[in-house]
This record gives sequence, C-alpha cells and structure tokens, in this order.
Amino acid sequence: MRSPERWGLLAAATVLVVLLPALNALPAGSPLRVSDFTLNLFGKFLAYAILALGIDLIWGYTGVLSLGHGVFFGLGAYAMGMHLMLEIGTRSVYGNVLPDFMVWNRVTELPLFWKPFYSVPFTLVAVLVVPALFAFVFGYLTFRSRIRGVYFSIITQALALSTWLMFNRNAMNLGGTNGLSGFKSIFGFGLNSPATQRTLYVATALCLCGAFLVCRAITRSPAGRVLIAIRDSETRVLFSGYSPAAFKLFVFIVSAALAGVAGALYVPQVGIITPAKIGVLPSIEMIIWVAVGGRGTLLGAVVGAIGVNWLQSILTTTYPDLWLLVLGSLFVAVVLFFPDGVVGTARRLGMRLRRLPRAAGAGGRLIGRPDEGRGPEEAAPQTNVPHVQAPR
Amino acid sequence: MWKSLLLALALLPGLTIPAAAQGAGASPAGAAASAGPSADVARHIADVASPDATVQQEAAVALGKTGDRKILPLLQALREGSVYVRALPEGKKETLIVGDKITEGDRTLVPLFRAYGREPIIGPDAKPVLADLSTLEEVSTGRSLRIAIRPLIDAFSGQSDLVSPDPATRRAAATKMGYTGDTDTLKVLQEAHGKEGDRWVRFAMDEAVALIRLRTGGEPERVAAAETLGHLRSANAMEPLDQIAGDPQSPAPLATAARDAIKRIERWGLFTQGIEIAFQGLSLSSILLLMALGLAIVFGLMGVINMAHGELMALGAYATFLMQGWFTAHFPAYFDYYFLVALPFAFLVSATAGLILERGVIRFLYGRPLETLLLTWGVSLIIQQGLRLWFGAANVDVTSPGWLSGGIPVMVGVQLPYNRLFIIGLAAVCVAAMYLLLFRTDAGLRIRAVTQNRGMAACLGVRARWVDAGTFALGAGLAGLAGCAITQIGNVGPELGQNYIVDSFMVVVTGGVGKLLGSILAAIGIGGLNKIIEPGMGAVFGKVLILVLVILFIQRRPSGLFATKGRYAES
Repeated sequence: MRSPERWGLLAAATVLVVLLPALNALPAGSPLRVSDFTLNLFGKFLAYAILALGIDLIWGYTGVLSLGHGVFFGLGAYAMGMHLMLEIGTRSVYGNVLPDFMVWNRVTELPLFWKPFYSVPFTLVAVLVVPALFAFVFGYLTFRSRIRGVYFSIITQALALSTWLMFNRNAMNLGGTNGLSGFKSIFGFGLNSPATQRTLYVATALCLCGAFLVCRAITRSPAGRVLIAIRDSETRVLFSGYSPAAFKLFVFIVSAALAGVAGALYVPQVGIITPAKIGVLPSIEMIIWVAVGGRGTLLGAVVGAIGVNWLQSILTTTYPDLWLLVLGSLFVAVVLFFPDGVVGTARRLGMRLRRLPRAAGAGGRLIGRPDEGRGPEEAAPQTNVPHVQAPR
Repeated sequence: MWKSLLLALALLPGLTIPAAAQGAGASPAGAAASAGPSADVARHIADVASPDATVQQEAAVALGKTGDRKILPLLQALREGSVYVRALPEGKKETLIVGDKITEGDRTLVPLFRAYGREPIIGPDAKPVLADLSTLEEVSTGRSLRIAIRPLIDAFSGQSDLVSPDPATRRAAATKMGYTGDTDTLKVLQEAHGKEGDRWVRFAMDEAVALIRLRTGGEPERVAAAETLGHLRSANAMEPLDQIAGDPQSPAPLATAARDAIKRIERWGLFTQGIEIAFQGLSLSSILLLMALGLAIVFGLMGVINMAHGELMALGAYATFLMQGWFTAHFPAYFDYYFLVALPFAFLVSATAGLILERGVIRFLYGRPLETLLLTWGVSLIIQQGLRLWFGAANVDVTSPGWLSGGIPVMVGVQLPYNRLFIIGLAAVCVAAMYLLLFRTDAGLRIRAVTQNRGMAACLGVRARWVDAGTFALGAGLAGLAGCAITQIGNVGPELGQNYIVDSFMVVVTGGVGKLLGSILAAIGIGGLNKIIEPGMGAVFGKVLILVLVILFIQRRPSGLFATKGRYAES
C-alpha cells in the first residue's frame, strides 16, 4: 500500500484505539470529553465494522453475495450471551440459578447445551468455532454442488429466515422473541461500570485492527488474487486448475468467524441480543454497509459500517418513519450511481487528480473493483461460448 | 316527546313480530293468528307468574310443549326477566311483558305488551299504554327456571330455522337439535326430513335423529342409533359414543356398537383429514405458483432476481382494497362484483409499477444480477414503507364477496371453501394463459428467443429491450393477481410480500429457471410439503426442513428440476 494511505490508516487506528477512550476517561465536565453513550455507540459500530470486513471478503473480493450473515453474527452473539446469562446466576429477577426466561417457561434444569458456557475459555472458543463450523457445513454443501450467484444468495436468505424462525421459538431454550438480556457482569467485571465499557470498547477496536490486518494479509496473498479471479470469472479459474469451491469455502468460514467475533463483542456492549438482529432484514442491511463504504476495499467496509449505522442512529431517533425509506434509497443510489461506494469513488477521484498534471491515461483499474459493471452486450459473448461441462 | 316515544314503541315489537309471523305458517297453532290463547294456555300464562317456583317451572315447560309460536316471546322475556304482573281493576291479575324503560322525571315508564304474542297493549286513547314500573309486580325467575326454559327457546328457534330458505341455516338448526332435542324434536325433524330437498341438510337431520335416539331411546333403539351414526361417519357423534363406550354401566351390545361406530368414524376422520391437508397444500401451492411464475420468467429472461416481487404482490392486494372501497362508496348495490373488477385492476397496478421499475432502474443493471438483487430489495423497502405510511401499519380489511364465502360440501366432514377453490382455479388459468402466451404466440416466441440467446435474438431483429420491459410488466402483473387472490384468504398488511417471497424463491430455485413445468411441480411439492409437515412438527420446523430438503435436492440437480440444456446453459 502506498505510504500516505498507510499513515492515514495508522492515524485512524490510533484515534479509534487510543484517543477516543482517552477522551472518555477525562473527568466529567471537560469540554473535550467523549460521553459514555457515544463511546458505547462507537463500540457497537466497530463491532459491526468487524462483521462488515468479513462480508467484504466474501462479497467484495470473492463476489459471493451471502444474505445470511446475520446468522453467523447471531451464533457468536448468542454464544457470548449464554455465558453472560449464566454469569448472572442468582442475581436475576427470580433469584434462580437458571436464566429468568427458563423459570418463566417452567424449565427446571439447565439444558445440556448451555452447560459448557459456564466456562470462559469454552465461550471464547465457541464464539469463533460455532459460526465457523456452521459455515463449513453449509458452505461445503452449497459450494460443492456449485450453487452460485443469485442461487447462493437466495439459499442464504432462506437460511437467515429459518434460523430466525428457530430462534424465535421458546422451545429452543434461547429466550424466544425476547432473546437474551439483563446481563450483569462479564468475566466478573460489572457491565454498568464505565471502566468495563471502556475496556470493552478498546478490545473491540483492537479486534477490528486485528481483523483488518488478517483480511489485508488474505487479500494480498496469492490466495487473495485467486479470490478476485473467482469474482471476475469463476469458470476460468476452474479451467486454470484451481478449485473455486475450496477457496470460497475458506473465505466463507473466515467471514463467518469474523461475524461471530463481531456478535460476541456486540452483546456485552449493547446488553441484549434478540432474533430480530439475525433475520432477513438485518442480514441484508449488513450488505448495504459494505456497498455504501465501497466493496472490494477493506477500508470501505469499515467506513460503511460506521457511517451507515451512525446515520441510522441519528435518523431513527429524529425521524423514525423515514429510516426505511432512506435505507431503501441508499440501496438504489449506491447500486445505480456509486457502485464503488464512498471509498472507491474517493480513490478514483484521487487517482484522477493525481494523474491530471501528468496527463497519464492507460491502466488505472483498481484491483479491488468488482468487474460486474458490464452491460448485456459485453456480457453476451460469454453466452455464445460453447458450453463445456466442467468436471465435478 | 310523544312522537319519539311512539317511534320507539313501533320499533320495539318490530324486532320480534316478523320472526313470530314467519314461524306462524309452520306451526299448527299459528293458524288462528289474532285469536286469544286457549284456556289451557291462558292458565299456564297465569301460572308462570306464580311465586311458587315449581308451579312456575311446570307452567313454563307446559307452554313450551304447546309448540305455539306466540309463546316464544314470553319465554324469552322470562329469561331476560322482563315479565311483570299488573293488577286489573276487577282484582284479577294479568301477566305482561314490558318493553325498554323510559325515564321521565323521577318515574320509570315501560310500554306494556300482552304475554301471548307480545302485542302492544293499546289504551283507550289509541296510544300504547305506558305504565309506571313501580306499580307493576316483577316475576322473579330463578336460575333453575332459566335453565329449564333454554332448550324450549332453542327448540322454537330451531323449528323456525328448519324452514329457513338458506340450506346452511337449516343444516345448523338440525345439528343443534341433535345436541339438545328430545323425543318431541324427533317428530319435527322427521317431518322436515320428508320435505327437505338438500342432501346435506337431510344428512344433518339423519344425524340429529340418531343422536337424539342414542340419548333418549330404549336399548335396541340406542344400539341401532349407534350403528346408524357409525354408517353416517358422524364426527359430531364422537363425544356421546365415547361416553357410552367408556361407561362400564352401558349394556354390552350398546358398548360394542358404540366402539364399532367410533372405529368407523375415526378411520373416516383420518381420510378426510388427508383430503383437507392435500387441499390446503394445493391452495398454498397455487399462491406460490402465482408468485413464482412471474419470478421465474423474469429470472429466466433477464437473470434478474426481483426482490420487490413480494411488494408488487402487496400492491395488488392494496389495489383490491381500494377497489372495494370505491365500490362501497359508489356502487354499494353491486358490491359483490367488486372482486371481478379488482382482479384486472390489481394486475394493471402491479404491471404498471413493474414497468416503471424496469424502465426506471433495472434496465441499467442487466448482466449484474447481484446488484439488481440489492437494488430491488431497496425498492421493496421503499414500497413497503410507502404502503405503511399511506395505509397505516395495521392490516386493512378486505371483505370476501358473497359468492366466495362458504364452500362445497363434497363428502361427510369435508367442505371445500370457494375462496380456495377460486385461487386454485386462478392459478390454473394463469398457467394455461402463460403456456399459450409462451408457446403459441409471436410474443412468446420472442420471449423464448431472448431467454435462450439475447445477442442472437437481437441480431435477428427482436427488440430485446421491449421484450424485457413487457415480460417484466407481465411478471409484475402476475404478482398483482396473486396479491388480489391472497386478500381472500389472508391478512393484507405492509409486510404481506415478505411472508411469501422466500418460499417463492425456493420454488424458483427448485423448479429451474424459466421453466413452467418445473415451477408448477416445485410449487406443488413445496406447498404440499409445508402443509404435510405443519400439523405434525409445526410451521417453523416445516420451513427449516424444506430449506434442508431444497439444499439436498440442489446437490443432485444444481440447476433445478428441469435444467436448461445445451450451449446456453452456463453463464
């Protein structure tokens, strides 16, 4: 990466990881102080940004549109939520060792799958592994049979719908529609204290930096090149002797794990997780974060996640009726007018500005830019190529 | 003041007199319409006001047994507690029914009615008599009396319902008599049975007769009744039969007959349940098919997944709602026909919306299916929120026209509702029309040509863009029709589209892209499975299981049931 951008990234990371929490730690009344509420809000946004990075990997780079990432986010979130639920112990409303909703549902014994979540290490592992494992099974079945394009999107959407339906059921022992909430502490630290929240924020910001570095390493590696090649023409990659299914599966799993981490960081900061966060609408909303920020650029995913959610938190408090209209218009506008998103458009403008004095023309295609912008006339030759049955 | 009182009085008896007059033809005693009560009846009427509860009850039952329809108002009034006694000048007493209270100053006035026939009592000034409530003596009606009266009133209303012109009312009356009737009811039922023309009403009467015999007859009669009920496969008889079979004191032949009958009825119940599930599955399939047809041809033609398809359907549903409102406002007399106008209207509204959508935005995105998916999702959010802001977030109320309510009883325990039959028929017509359009017209030929090879078709002079626009509008119109149909069986709200969209996508994926037959089979398969799984495992597991099945199915056939073969298959 060019060094100015690297410096910019470093500066942004410093602001997020060090400056914001430091400003929050200032004594109350100081004009520069960042309020607890704002810091908490940003913690949520940064968790979303981790999720957006994962989506960018699978969609922006590999060209696989998953409309079911809410499921992986939810799996991570519920794993963490279950641990926090158990940590409440007898401090709950009913004073029972069991979570309140179980008492309410007349469950007398802790279900077996809840028991391991007493352990902190198990929870931390589960946050990563459960979504990854689920993604492995689902991805293996779908990629193996070469379900791609819109088919994959539709299947993942159905996945989001059915998971949402399942989690809504009380019989699942996951709190039903009300989800998990009422957490008191995390690993022994009270969730109400600003210090804990600040620590959580820093942890989220650090995780985001780590996720960013991991994604950057993946996209810059030779494997990353294959991913982009799959996005541009999967059939050609197949003919070149690579297995697109294996690469896609790998990215899908990484992306699911990132979503799980995001969910786990989201829960203690927001204090509640419900099925409403993992259904069809939230899953597709996650896509629009990446689209607005700029798919195929890791920075874009982060910028988009923070920007769109910020906009949402402003709009839903002032004009709640308008939010869905704005969201819908965002979808339309981004697809029609800014397919590269904010970051992609900005980069292109910057490149053009830099090139102007030198009047250099050729090349200049962004590596990260999707190659879907062709009209039907350009796409037509593909359909005229005699079809060869690819080996299965 | 007096005018309004008169009006009120004229209205009050109006509520009951027509009913009595209607029944007059049927009951023998009604022949002497204006005659006073017979001596017996007059005595019973006086006894009903007796302070002795036993006398009172006996008199009421005796009155009920007369079968005289003019007694019905008195019995009803007894139940409501509006029977009073007035002292006549000669020291005699008269039992009366009083009307609604009118407060005048500190007095409470009531209009008076005769106990027999509930005719208003007219004073010497030719005006209805109003009496001060405090001068009348209330007849107290105990709980046991009210309980004793109830079956009598039921019998009266049942008898008048038995001659109602509406077969459904007659049927319901017969069924009700079966539960509550006694040996006297048997005669009424048998008499009505002879005159009855409708076989389902006759069935209900047979059932009622057998039920009454099972309850009241001697042992051989009861055994015969149990056998009859078994042959009738009467689901209504399950409870009394169960009681008899479970009662250790019932005689052996009767218990055996009851058990046999239960077995027979249960077997029949399973059979009818199967038919019902199949029918419900078929009607769900029809809706999915209507949705999926539009989706599938658009997807096959343009590679466009239209996420706003569900909202186009919602538009069709709201168009129906608007048409209903328009008819109510302008042609209330022709209200029943609003639905016939609403069908093409819904088609047009959705097709226009689809055309605008295609010309406005989608045409810029051909060859970019994933982006179209996101864009149409955005459009769907906008339409959804627009509907919510315009019509409110609550469901709107769409009334079925008269000719779509009710159903055809095809066999004992199975009734096929007209509205679902209509939807199945609509889907069949749409499929047939689509088939004719695609395979028997020039336009269809062009659509198929562009679907197969856009570039080559364009070279040969097919205006691919026009075909796109037309097909998209057609697909949207089909969604509108689906929306119009759905108003008859489901709620109409802003989220209407979301409920069906994922299922209809499953149909498209399973059926194969742009394949009529594939879509039909997939719709029937998915709709049917949904309804088969639902009763056993619940709707949620049904949905999950279907997703799993679809994924497994796609393992075997990645491009659906009927894959497009040949050189244009891969893109």
